[in-house]
Amino acid sequence: MTYEAVIGLEVHVQLKTATKMFCGCRNQYGAPPNSHVCPVCLGYPGALPVPNEEAIRMTILTGLMLECDIAPVCKFDRKSYFYPDMPKNYQISQYDLPLCLGGRVLLDKFAFPKETQKDPIAEAKKPIRLVRIHLEEDVAKSFHYDQASGIDFNRAGTPLMEIVTEADLRSPEEAFAFLTTLKQILIYGDVSDADMEKGQLRCDVNISVRPVGQETFGTKCELKNLNSISGVRRALQYEIARQIDIVSSGGTIRQETRRWDDTAGQTFLMRTKEQAHDYRYFPDPDLLPIRTDQGLLDQARARLPELPAARKDRYVADFGLNDYQASVLAADRRLAAYFEQAAAATQAKVAVANFLANEFLATEPDLDQLTLPATHFSALADLVASGKINSKQAKDLLTEMLASGEAPGDLVKRLGLEQVSDTAQLDAWCDAAIAANPRSVADYKAGKTAAINALKGFVMKQSKGKANPAVVDQILQSKLR
Amino acid sequence: MTLATLSLTQLRQKLLAREISPADIVRDLAARRDAVDPAIGAYLRFDADRALADALHADISLPLGGIPVALKDNINTTGDLCTCASRFLANFRSPYDATVTRKLRAAGAILLGRCNMDEFAMGSSTENSALQPTRNPWDTQRVPGGSSGGSAAAVAADTAIVSLGSDTGGSIRQPAAFCGVVGLKPTYGRVSRYGLVAFASSLDQIGPFAGSVEDAALLLHAIAGPDPMENTSRPIPVPDYTAALTGHVEGLRVGIPKEYFVEGLDPEVASAVRAAIDWFANHGARVTEVSLPHTPAATAVYYIIATAEASANLARFDGVRYGHRAPDAKDPLDLYRRSRAQGFGPEVKRRIILGTYVLSSGYYDAYYNRAQKVRQLIRRDFTTAFESCDIILAPTTPTPAFRAGEKTADPLQMYLADIFTIAANLAGVPALSLPCGFSSCGLPIGLQIIGPHFAEETLFRAAHAYEQAHPWKDRKPAL
Repeated sequence: MTYEAVIGLEVHVQLKTATKMFCGCRNQYGAPPNSHVCPVCLGYPGALPVPNEEAIRMTILTGLMLECDIAPVCKFDRKSYFYPDMPKNYQISQYDLPLCLGGRVLLDKFAFPKETQKDPIAEAKKPIRLVRIHLEEDVAKSFHYDQASGIDFNRAGTPLMEIVTEADLRSPEEAFAFLTTLKQILIYGDVSDADMEKGQLRCDVNISVRPVGQETFGTKCELKNLNSISGVRRALQYEIARQIDIVSSGGTIRQETRRWDDTAGQTFLMRTKEQAHDYRYFPDPDLLPIRTDQGLLDQARARLPELPAARKDRYVADFGLNDYQASVLAADRRLAAYFEQAAAATQAKVAVANFLANEFLATEPDLDQLTLPATHFSALADLVASGKINSKQAKDLLTEMLASGEAPGDLVKRLGLEQVSDTAQLDAWCDAAIAANPRSVADYKAGKTAAINALKGFVMKQSKGKANPAVVDQILQSKLR
Repeated sequence: MTLATLSLTQLRQKLLAREISPADIVRDLAARRDAVDPAIGAYLRFDADRALADALHADISLPLGGIPVALKDNINTTGDLCTCASRFLANFRSPYDATVTRKLRAAGAILLGRCNMDEFAMGSSTENSALQPTRNPWDTQRVPGGSSGGSAAAVAADTAIVSLGSDTGGSIRQPAAFCGVVGLKPTYGRVSRYGLVAFASSLDQIGPFAGSVEDAALLLHAIAGPDPMENTSRPIPVPDYTAALTGHVEGLRVGIPKEYFVEGLDPEVASAVRAAIDWFANHGARVTEVSLPHTPAATAVYYIIATAEASANLARFDGVRYGHRAPDAKDPLDLYRRSRAQGFGPEVKRRIILGTYVLSSGYYDAYYNRAQKVRQLIRRDFTTAFESCDIILAPTTPTPAFRAGEKTADPLQMYLADIFTIAANLAGVPALSLPCGFSSCGLPIGLQIIGPHFAEETLFRAAHAYEQAHPWKDRKPAL
């Protein structure tokens, strides 16, 4: 029997607001422990929350980017449970009225792991439906030592979005593509840096298996401690194999929470599903409901960026890029902006795309520190298109340009790379080639047309590579006719 | 003559006339406190030295310049203990000022001392204080009411000029009535709750205690107004309340809710309140009967909503960051259990358990949700009533002050001490209590005046006019 996996994700995303969700403390990663705290985010007696409207705006923007319906009213609820990292022992969250409902993410082919991009599923632009997105406050971070534990409350009260998918994912690769696509979109909207290693994007996974063709879901397990997108993929690969092993040998899956150990490459039991938690949700009486349709929604809409998928389509349609180039360039907001700057200054847009998507990216540049003017790439493309340098020279020039930062025009002069198209000079070199290679001339005249290459090689050598090959070819042919 | 018996208004006149200094007031209050508070127990702490030091720097050009103000011990003040009369917070020193504390400082007031209360404001007699009892200045065998019993008793005993309390279901008005002083629960959203240790967030309001209506009006003016730190405070400007004190009630439409004159109402209270109503009728007010039909449900609704909110509000007291931490806990759960078991008194535990229950899955709809629906009906009762009247007159309490220990064994009897005050909190409307007579055994009786949202001016006007004609406030307890 063959089995298929059924996967749903709960993704927590830290919003990059300047301040926390309900107080004025800075929202900053990596500050000294307990340096961004106040009575509100420490849950002191009598301290009260005031909502951060920017966080609401960013959540609405995320909802718009992911095609959700936006609730007309933003309302907060208290979710009660005791835990040392939770200052008030209730979390301000959203229960029955999340800010965003529904929505979807289309899986982009190039968001799949490289070796699976040729698979039919990667081509399908499969939609993954979302259940909801809600806004809540993050908890503090605990550290455990031999004899004691410490709590850093800098993170307590920072704004956190929870994005919940339907169980639409069917493979680790789809989960990988979903997270990659989602991350791109979040960065495009400037709502989060979405770095999993910094905990800015955290992902819990629900996974079950069932025989292909079966309608009902199998018993699911929840996976935790997933710290990278590739880690999610590996954890799912392991867990699917584990579950299929059990089911196909007649066993049953227990509903449990399992911890992924990235070093061991295995999941381990954390806890079996104890009786369901009763969070005793009720509307937070400290916070008045906020209308989103009186300003916040319009403000969010005004910030709606062109998303990677749309941008990619535009690159293909308007600039004539191929799918791969367009995807690679559109995938990163910074790279896309850089490309568009460069493309705007030249007609040779495909050439620019080639330099950026291939040679330039291969050098693994720091996209946050793009000091090289984008117009250098435009100039480089122009030099090739106008025949001033050939493609071999272009590659050398690019290497030099990246190293020194000099403009291509200056480099051509400094390195003496300019291609010679002056016919008098080329004529002289061709005559010399014919004179020096009677054998090749004879071969050519006898019908061995390939013999002309030896003559061309001679000319290139004479010219130190600067001769325009196309013009040399013409001259030689006419002289040998 | 001691300055302790003078009103805020009188003291301000003397200060501005340079007849006295702020330090004189503090010294007289300290002497009075030393003389009479041992028998009353209104104060948990009274720092005369610090108040004197502050008095030297007081700017009397400010509205409350040089006037000492006592605070209920659930209002945060930087560097001071804020115990809520609980063992849990017995050693808790606050790192910040409540908004009302900040506003009092900005108005030139001197922070005088901290008043006893029922633990976490849960109670109607101040007998639930884990720290000390407080007795009624009119009869020390009786309770001062609660939960703001200390704040009321201090003003009644002239150990404070004015004070602040908090009112969740009557915790300002009921002790004001029992102690024969003026007490106001403002409109929900009129005074910032930031820095008031929360009992029930949708019901709590901070309000003034004073010997006269004018003093209460001045104190409310200093603490009221919108607060960017408090989401439920409302962006409505604060009027000059003293301008409303015209001394007459002509044309005022007065509603009498028939549901408040029922079985269980003490005959002496009933006749004192009836006499007050007659005075209004005889002085140009138009008195009509109104109906608040959902009044009988108010107590039940209150004890569901208030305890539900309290169960979450008090969850933060866990022994992790501040307050009582039980020694030798094995793990976090053990720490919570022991710290809370040791730190909270029985009434607080009862309400946390009740509130946890009514929010539990399977019971939420039957209790919390249903209570919210009835709360809307109670609100609507008032909206409808205020279409035909400007204020509502009613008794503040069913009886005068009861004896200490009389109701401690029966929580339900204690809860019923608030039956006339709870509805105003549920509806969010302002309500004031002022003295309207004395019982045959010399206990004060309170008249309650309830108004529409943000109609504090009307309450002050009506109360002030009545007070001018009935100087009950000039009668003082024998201490």
